[in-house]
Amino acid sequence: MSSLRRRKPINESSDSKHNEEEEDEDHDDVDADGDDDVNGKNKKTPSKIKKKRGEKPPKQPKWSCMDTCCWFIGCICIIWWLLLFLYNAMPASFPQYVTEAITGPLPDPPGVKLKKEGLEAKHPVVFVPGIVTGGLELWEGRECAEGLFRKRLWGGTFGEVYKRPLCWVEHMSLDNETGLDPCGIRVRPVSGLVAADYFAPGYFVWAVLIANLARIGYEDKTMYMAAYDWRLSFQNTEVRDQTLSRIKSNIELLVATNGGRKVVVIPHSMGVLYFLHFMKWVEAPAPMGGGGGPDWCSKHIKAVVNIGGPFLGVPKAIAGLFSAEAKDIAVARALAPGFLDNDIFQFQTLQHVMRMSRTWDSTMSMIPRGGNTIWGGLDLSPEEGNSCAKKREKKNETQIADQAGSENAVCKAKSANYGRIISFGKDVAEAPSSDIERIDFRGAIKGHSAANTTCRDVWTEYHDMGFAGIKAVAEYKTYTADSLVDLLHFVAPKMMARGTAHFSYGVADNLDDPQYKHYKYWSNPLETRLPNAPDMEIYSLYGVGLPTERAYVYKLSPHAECSIPFKIDTSADDEDTCLRDGVYSVDGDETVPVLSAGFMCAKGWRGKTRFNPSGIRTYIREYNHLPPANLLEGRGTLSGAHVDIMGNFALIEDVIRIAAGASGEELGGDQVYSKIFNWSEKINLRLDEEIPVHSSR
Amino acid sequence: MASVLRFRKLCYVESAVKCTSVGYESFEIDEKLDEKEEDVLSANNFALEINKKRKLPKRQPKEWRCLDSCCWIIGYLCTTWWLLLFCYHCLPVTLLRVPELPGPGVRLKREGLTALHPVVLVPGIVTGGLELWEGRPCADGLFRKRLWGGGSFTQIFKRPLCLLEHLSLHYETGLDPQGIRVRAVPGLVGADYFAPGYFVWAVLIENLAKIGYEGKNLHMAAYDWRLSFQNTEIRDHALTRLKSKIELMYISNGYKKVVAVPHSMGVIYFLHFLKWVETPPPMGGGGGPGWCAKHIKAVMNIGPAFLGVPKAVSNLFSAEGKDVSYIRAMAPGVFDSEILGLQTFERVMRMARTWDSIVSLLPKGGEVIWGNMDRSPEEGHVCDFSKKSHSKTSLTTNNVNNSDVKRGFLVKDLANYGRIISFGKPASVLHSSKLPTADSKEFSRTSTSENFNNFSCGEAWTEYDEMSRQSIQNVAADKAYTTTTLLDLLRFVAPKMMRRAEAHFSHGIAENLDDPKYNHYKYWSNPLETKLSDAPDMEIYCMYGVGIPTERSYVYKLSPNSRCKSIPYQIDNSVHGEDGSCLKGGVYFADGDESVPVLSAGFMCAKGWRGRTRFNPSGIATYIREYRHKPPTSLMEGRGIESGSHVDIMGNFALIEDIMRVAAGATGDEIGGDQIHSDIIKMSERINLGL
Repeated sequence: MSSLRRRKPINESSDSKHNEEEEDEDHDDVDADGDDDVNGKNKKTPSKIKKKRGEKPPKQPKWSCMDTCCWFIGCICIIWWLLLFLYNAMPASFPQYVTEAITGPLPDPPGVKLKKEGLEAKHPVVFVPGIVTGGLELWEGRECAEGLFRKRLWGGTFGEVYKRPLCWVEHMSLDNETGLDPCGIRVRPVSGLVAADYFAPGYFVWAVLIANLARIGYEDKTMYMAAYDWRLSFQNTEVRDQTLSRIKSNIELLVATNGGRKVVVIPHSMGVLYFLHFMKWVEAPAPMGGGGGPDWCSKHIKAVVNIGGPFLGVPKAIAGLFSAEAKDIAVARALAPGFLDNDIFQFQTLQHVMRMSRTWDSTMSMIPRGGNTIWGGLDLSPEEGNSCAKKREKKNETQIADQAGSENAVCKAKSANYGRIISFGKDVAEAPSSDIERIDFRGAIKGHSAANTTCRDVWTEYHDMGFAGIKAVAEYKTYTADSLVDLLHFVAPKMMARGTAHFSYGVADNLDDPQYKHYKYWSNPLETRLPNAPDMEIYSLYGVGLPTERAYVYKLSPHAECSIPFKIDTSADDEDTCLRDGVYSVDGDETVPVLSAGFMCAKGWRGKTRFNPSGIRTYIREYNHLPPANLLEGRGTLSGAHVDIMGNFALIEDVIRIAAGASGEELGGDQVYSKIFNWSEKINLRLDEEIPVHSSR
Repeated sequence: MASVLRFRKLCYVESAVKCTSVGYESFEIDEKLDEKEEDVLSANNFALEINKKRKLPKRQPKEWRCLDSCCWIIGYLCTTWWLLLFCYHCLPVTLLRVPELPGPGVRLKREGLTALHPVVLVPGIVTGGLELWEGRPCADGLFRKRLWGGGSFTQIFKRPLCLLEHLSLHYETGLDPQGIRVRAVPGLVGADYFAPGYFVWAVLIENLAKIGYEGKNLHMAAYDWRLSFQNTEIRDHALTRLKSKIELMYISNGYKKVVAVPHSMGVIYFLHFLKWVETPPPMGGGGGPGWCAKHIKAVMNIGPAFLGVPKAVSNLFSAEGKDVSYIRAMAPGVFDSEILGLQTFERVMRMARTWDSIVSLLPKGGEVIWGNMDRSPEEGHVCDFSKKSHSKTSLTTNNVNNSDVKRGFLVKDLANYGRIISFGKPASVLHSSKLPTADSKEFSRTSTSENFNNFSCGEAWTEYDEMSRQSIQNVAADKAYTTTTLLDLLRFVAPKMMRRAEAHFSHGIAENLDDPKYNHYKYWSNPLETKLSDAPDMEIYCMYGVGIPTERSYVYKLSPNSRCKSIPYQIDNSVHGEDGSCLKGGVYFADGDESVPVLSAGFMCAKGWRGRTRFNPSGIATYIREYRHKPPTSLMEGRGIESGSHVDIMGNFALIEDIMRVAAGATGDEIGGDQIHSDIIKMSERINLGL
C-alpha cells in the first residue's frame, strides 16, 4: 500500500509543480500529499538535497535514484517491446533485404543454385555427428534432477548448467569403472535430425547443410541422423543402446525405400572414427559385430564424406585429458567461462569438469594415433619447417586478434619440434634432444597423498599420485606421441585401463594378425583394413588456414594441493616457432591438424595399400579459411573452422553434388591448399602388404 | 581556441548523452551552453561542466509528463517482475515442485516391474506434429518449424491463410500440392505434447520411462495424419519404416514381441498396418503370413474409432465437428471473429476436405451397426450421465444440458440415433412412415451448370458452390439420413472428395470375406471388411472412457444467410429435447468418451472379434477395459488422473497402469479381463451381424 501511495503522489506533485507557475491554487489534498512525499524524500536522500539546496526551492519534488532507474528501465522496456513488435510484424524476408541492400546481392545458397542446375535428391544421406555436438536428454535421474525428464542436459540452452551445476555434472558423468551409466541415471542421445542440427540456439551444426539438402528435395525419408551417445566408447553405444544396430537397420531401410540407391554417409569430427568403427562392425560376424556379411558396405554405401575427420587423433585431446585445458573438448568451459573460470568457483570447477570428461571414453578415441611414426619423434616431425608466415599470406587483417599474433610473426628457419607434444618448460621444447636429461617416470613410486581427505568430494586421479609421482612426470621433461600414452597410463591408470579396452593407438605390423579382429582396433585407421568395397569413395573434407594446437609447453601448477598439478605455461611465447601462450600451432581447422585429417586420404589409403586392400578411391577436398567479411554473414560462408565449416558454401555444394550422384572426378578430384602431400611423404609408414618391416612401435 | 573547440565537443558529447534520457530538451541546452560559452571563454571547462550539471536537474521536474509516468510505472513493474522472476529461479527446485501424486510408474517400479516388451505408440488424428520442408514464399523462415502441434500455434495467428494453404493437400490426389512439402515430425516429440502444457503421450511416456523404457524400446510411429493410410506409405514409406522399426526393436531387445499402443485414428491406422505388413508387395509390406504372430504381443487400442465417429460427419458436412477440427477450438478468436469469419469456416472446411483421413472416420457398417430410421442399438439409452458420473465442475461444453437433469424414468421422445442427420426436429422424432423416403437416386446435379455465383465471390470455394440452390434444398427436403444414405448424401454434396477418398476407404460390411476384392487396401482399415491376421497368441484390448455424452446424431437446418460461399447447412442449435432427453443444441448424445461413442469403440472387442468369428478366424483374445470418467477434483490435478475423455484418458492412471503391466509382460487375464461400465454388451447383442 505504501508503495502505491508513494508512486501516485510523485506523479501528481510533479504535475502540480507545473501548475504552480500558472495557477497557484492547487487542490489541498494533492498538495498535502505532495508535501508528505517530499518530506519523505527529504528524509531518505538528505545528501542530494543538500547539494541542490542552493538553487532549488525546498518544496520542489525530486527524483530519487530509484525513480530514475525505474524510469530508465521503463523506457528501455518500451523501446524493447516496440522493437520486438516491429521485428515480429515485419515480413520474414526483411533481414535478407537489408543485408542485400548493404552488401549487394548475396550469392544463392548452394541448395538454390544447384536446384536451378537441375540437381535432385538421389542418394539417401546419413549424418554422423561428432563429439559434443549431439544433444543428450535425461531419461532417469537422481532427485536433484527432478522435472528434467526428457529435457536436454546437453545442447540447447544449457540452462541447467547454471541452475544446478553439481547435479548436472553428476548426471553427465559416466561410471568411472565401466564407462557406462552410473546406477540410477540414464542419459540418452536425442534422436532424429533435431539431435544435432543446432548445438545451442542460433549455433548451427548441421542445420545449414540440412536446409540446403532440403532445397533439392531431401526430407525425412531420405535423411537420417545417426545420433549416438558421444560420451561412450563406440562399442558401448551398441552394448547399451544398440546404436550400431539401429544405424545398420536404418541404412538398410533407406536403401530399400529409395529404390536401392546406396547411401552417402557424412560423418563429422569424431563421427568419422565412429563410422569407421561402424563399417568394421557391420561386416564382422555376430556377436561382436553386426553380421552384415563381407559385402555389406559395398552394397549399401556409395561414399563416405568425412568432414574435419581426426583420423589420427588430435593433440587437443591430450591437453583435455591431461589438464582439462583444451578448448573445445571441454566445451563446458567455453560455454560458461564466467561461471566456470570464475575465481570463487575455480577452486573446484576445473576438477569437476576434468573428472566428468575423464569418465567419457570417447575422449580417448581422439588421443593421437600412430605414435612417433606419424606425429614425429623428439627431433623430427612431418610438419618440420612449417613456417607460420605461410599463413599470413593467405589471411587478411580482419583476423581475430589472438590468432593474428601467432600468424603475423615472421618465422625464420628455426622450426618447432612438433614431435614433442608435451614439454615441461620452453627451453626443453627447443633444446636439441641430446641436451635433455630425462628421468624415466614409468617406474616412479607414487606418493600417498594426504590431499584426498581435505579436498572434499572432488576426486581426480591426480590425488592418488602424490608429489613424487608429479615430480617424476615433470622430470621426464618431454613427451612424444608414443610416450604420451604411457604418460596418461601413469597419471590416470583407471581411465586408461578402461579406455585401452576400447581403443588402440598403435600402427599395425601385420593386419592379418587375428588380434586385429577385436573391436578396439576398428576405429584406428592404422590398425584396420577398409572394407572390401571397390566402388565406394572416401572423401576427406576439411578446412585449412587456421592455427591449430599441435604441441604444448607445460609447467607445474603453483598450488599442487587439491588441484590439477599441471597447466599449460601460457607465458611461453616464441614468434619464431609459432609458439604462443604455451601452444605450438600448425596448419589445420583450429581443432584437427591437417596431418590428422588428410594423411589417410593423401597416403595411407591412396591406391591399393595394406590398409585399403580393395583400392577404394580417396579424395581430399581442402577449404581455405576466410573469416566472415562482415557481421551480417554470421559465422561465415567461407569458414574453414572445425564446426563452422558445416556452413561453408563450397563444402555444402560438394556434399550436395555427391548426394545427387556425382563422383569424385566429376567434383574435380583433389583440392589441396596445404602441404599435406609433402608432409605425408615424410612419414615413413609401410603401405605394402608383403614386406615385413618393423615399424617404430 | 583549441580549448574552445574542445569545450564545444565536450558539450555535444554531454548533450548527446543527455539526449538519451531527456530527449527533445537537448536543443535548449545547446543554446544555453552556447551563450555561456561566450560569457566564459577563458573559464576552465571543469567548472562549466559542473554548472551545467547543476542546471539540468532543475529543469527536469518540469518535463515530467504522462509519458514519463508511463515509463516510470512500466519500469517499476518490470523491475518487480524481474525481481520476482529472479527469486523464482533462485529457489531450489524442490521447493516449487507441486507435490505430485506418485504416478503408476513409481508404484509399479516398487512392485518390481521392469521394461520387457518394446512399445510402439501410434498417435491419432490431429495430435501429431507437422513440420514444413518446402513451402511457398509466404512461409519463408518456417523451414523445419512446426506448422501443426507441438509448439505454439503462433504462426496460425500471424499468417492464417498461408498456414491453411500449406496444411491443405491437393484436392484431386490427396497428396502434396505442387511446391509444398509438409511432413510429420518424427520421434517421440512428434506427439508427446500437442501444445505446450497440453499432453498427449507425455504422461504415458514418463511413466513407462520409470520402469526402464527409453529410446531403444519405445518408438513413436509418427505419420502424416492428413493422408489416407496407404498414401503415407506411397509418399513417406511410413508403413515400411514402422515395419523395419518393429523388426529392429524385436531383435535388439532380445526377441521380445512388441506391444502396440494406438490411439484414436491410430487404431485403424494400425489395423491397416497389420493387414499391409502381411500382404505381398507391391501393395503390401511382404512380411509374410506369420509376421504379426511373430512380432506383436498385444495391440492396446486407446479410444478406438473402429467403426468411425459421427463427429466426422458433421465435420465434413458443415465443418462443425468440435474436436476433429481442432483449429477452431485452438483459435476461436481468429476463426469465429466477425471480420475474418466471413470465410474461415469455408476455408477450414475446404482444408479438412482435402484430408483423406477424415473420411476414414465416417461411420462404418451402415444401418446394421448404427441403426436405421427407427431402431438403433443404443435404443432406450437414457441420458442421465450427470446423475451418475458428472459433477457440476465438468467443463465439457456439451453437457450443460445434463447438469439439471431429472430422474431418468421413461422419456417420451426416445432418440432415433439411427438418423444421423435430420433436417428439423420433427424429422428426427417422427416415425419413419411419416417421412418422405430418402432415395439417394433422386439426387441429381442437373442444375450444376447454373452455378451463378462462382466468379463473384472470394477464392475459398467449397464444393457447395457448385451446387445450385435447388439441389441444396432438395437435400434438406429429404429430411432424415441414416448411415447408409448419409454416404450417398456426402457423395452428392462433395463428389470429388468422396471419389478421391473412397479409393482408400470403405465403409460397408463384407458379405463374404474370401471375396478376392477384399485384398484391396481400401478395405484394410475397416474391421468389418477384413480378417484379423492369423496370430492366436496376440491380444487385442479396447480401452476407452465412458460416462461422457458423445455426439451421436445431429439435427440440421438450412443456413439462414444465403450469402455466397457460405456453407448452406448448419446444426440447428436451437433444438432442445425435453428434460432427460439426449437432444441438446441440435445434437443427440450417447455414451462415450466425448468423441467416440461406446458402440464404435467397444463393439469389435465385445462381439465382432470375440471368440472365433469370421472377422477373427484365429480367435485372438479380446479384452474390453472401460474407464469411467471422473472430472478432476481440484485444479492441481490439471486434466485429471481419472479422466475418460478422448485425449485426457492418456493421463488416466488406471489406463497407464494397465498398459505398463501388459508391456511388462502381463496378459489380459492377469490384469483382470474385461472391465465394463457401459451397456456395450447389450448394445452389441442388438446388432444383428453374421459372425
